This record gives sequence, structure tokens and C-alpha cells, in this order.
Amino acid sequence: MTVLVFTLLVFAGSAVAGLLGALTGLGGGVVLVPLLTLAFHVDLRYAIGASLISVIATSSGAAAAYVREGYSSVRIGMFLEVATTIGAIVGAFFAARVPTRALAVLFGIVLIYSSWLSWKSRGRRDEMTIIADPLSDRLRLSGNYPGPGGQLISYKVANIPQGFSTMFGAGILSGMLGIGSGAVKVLAMDQIMKIPFKVSTTISNFMIGVTAAASAGIYLSRGYIDPGLAAPVMLGVLAGSLTGARLLARSPVAILRYIFIVVILVLGVEMIVNGWLGRL
Amino acid sequence: MRLEIDDKRMELTMGMLLRFGVVMASTLVLAGVFFFLLDHARQPANYRNFVPHPLSIEHRQQLLSGISHGDAAAIIQVGILFLIATPVARVVFAVMAFLLERDWLYTAISLAVLGVLLFSLTHPS
Repeated sequence: MTVLVFTLLVFAGSAVAGLLGALTGLGGGVVLVPLLTLAFHVDLRYAIGASLISVIATSSGAAAAYVREGYSSVRIGMFLEVATTIGAIVGAFFAARVPTRALAVLFGIVLIYSSWLSWKSRGRRDEMTIIADPLSDRLRLSGNYPGPGGQLISYKVANIPQGFSTMFGAGILSGMLGIGSGAVKVLAMDQIMKIPFKVSTTISNFMIGVTAAASAGIYLSRGYIDPGLAAPVMLGVLAGSLTGARLLARSPVAILRYIFIVVILVLGVEMIVNGWLGRL
Repeated sequence: MRLEIDDKRMELTMGMLLRFGVVMASTLVLAGVFFFLLDHARQPANYRNFVPHPLSIEHRQQLLSGISHGDAAAIIQVGILFLIATPVARVVFAVMAFLLERDWLYTAISLAVLGVLLFSLTHPS
């Protein structure tokens, strides 16, 4: 394969990953790393480096569109970024000491578990009474978002300490594997902290960029970021994620949730199989 | 005159800031890819084997000389550095916006995030 063909194919594949990443709040990374290593036979370290750049592009590129929809909460995001950025640095330090195969299998299990949790709770959450954490108002995390008729629906945040610790874990995974770990971030907000799904995916999108920036310096100095590979990946993911952000407001939550469940289940199996076989 | 700012306006400005950073970064990267393909289009692509090309803030001299020689890889790398700086700039903006809101709790929280980011960017490996 010549560099020209390779660049164009990587661009196209990254665009699809970016679209999926924006629609689900996952970030393109989790789709991208398997795509680059399995389909394009790229060394895992280059794939991780390019992926890290792409998740920053996804996050920042879609941000303006997300803000206009009114689902964002800068306070929840900033508060939880304390946990994810510290986690990302810890993760990047751990990465050199833990075998990647073990990491991949562990990550796969986390993905499958969160897929199962989402499946179990689908459609039920809105009728449940949410016991808000007393810290929700004190930390000014309570907020509101536009409902289907344009009226504002207010929400409070539950289980803040558990959510915060899970975000620390999400940061570690991000720093270890060069992904945004949006799946775990959405899990922490949607499932644990009981933040509405669209609000969770929007905040996750913002957090992914800051989390990835926390390990970017370490990846650059390790030489994981190859310009010839990172460039088409970044541009492709950006094109895909901008399209995805435009579609988000028109997509019903139920379908988004199904997409989310299927994607993280497939990726979980993929991670375990490839980690087990030592292909990652 | 006091600058009026609320969370909604802060988020809109952040959105524009992030978009600006991404447009700048991707323009540089696009230009870099164009020159990269001019030089390498017909060569075989090989990313199977890992050959590290370390880059950090200490390499800025090397990057600047690369750009002045029209080196495609250096142009892409500057674009990538611009992209990494974009979320960091968002946190810097949040610190200032929360200060204007006189929200000391969130000024402190944003400063903590900024501190972690700057620590990681200046203490690589």
C-alpha cells in the first residue's frame, strides 16, 4: 500500500470512528485503536498516539455545536476533570509497568459490564426518584437542560464521591491506553451520578479533551505520535465528529442508548479477544 | 465597568475558543499532510515497526528550523502542539471566567485542573 492510499483509507476509517464517537460520547479512540492495529497493521504505540490526538480533536471540534444545544454543564465537567487529569498522569506512569495484554482484557471487562448496566436500566430511570447528594447544591452541580418541548428540566446530582472515584479510574484508563475513555465517563455520570443521558454524553465530550491533554506530553516524549499517521487520523475524526454533533440534537435518546450498548459490548469482546491473543 | 459573565456566556465563549484552536490546528495539519504527500505519496506505508520520534517542549528549536525549511513533519507537529494547547486554553479561560463570576470555589477547582495539566506537560516521561 502506498502512503497516498494508506492516508486516504485511514482518513475514511477515522471519519467513521469520529461519527460514532460524537454520537455516543465515547470519543473516536476506542474504535480507532482496534481499526488501526487490526485493519491497517499499525504498531499499537503509534495507534495509541494517533488515537490520543484524535480524541482531543473530537472533543474540541464538537464543543461549539454541543454548547449551543444547552446540554452542557461547565461546573460538573470542571469538578470531575480534577479526578480524570490526575488519573491520566497516574495511568501514563502505570502504562510502562503493566503488560498491555492484561490492560486490554481488564478494559474489555469494564466495557461489557457497563454495557450490561446500561441494558438493565434502559427506560426505567426517568420514573425513579433520585436521591440527590447533599453536595449537589453545595458544589453548585445541580442544573437544567432543554426538554423536548423547549421547557427547562432541572436535575440534581447523586452519589458524588462514587462518581468522582470512577472518574479517577476513567482517567487512569485514558492515560494507559491513549483513549478518551468516554464509556467509563458516561457510565459514571449517567449510571452512578444519575445525570440525564444527553447531559452526560455532552459533558463527557468536553472532559475527554482535557483528560487526553493531561497525558499528551508524556506520549509526545515517548515518540508515540507519528506525524504521518496522526495527521489523517486527526482530520478524519474531526470531519466525522462534526457531522455527529450536528445529528445529536435530532437523535432520540432511546436509539442513542441502544447504539451505546451495542458499541461498548462489541468493543469489550474485541478488547478481551485481542488482549488474550496478545495482538494489542 | 464590570464585565458581566454567566455560565451560559462562559460556555459559548469556550465553544468558540475550542473551535478557533481546532481550526488553526487542522489548517496547519492539512497543509503539513499536503506537503507530506507531495514528498512521500508513492512510497510504501509502513507503521508496523515502532521507531520513536520523541518530541517535547525542549525540541522547539528543532521544530522552528524544520518549519523554516518547509519540513512537512514539523508543520504537522506544530499543528498537533496547537491542538494539545486548545483544551489547556479552555481551562485557563475557565479560571478567568470564574474569577469574574467571583466564584472562588470554581476558580480553585479550575486552577487545580490547570496545575495538573501544566505539571504533566512540563514533566514528561
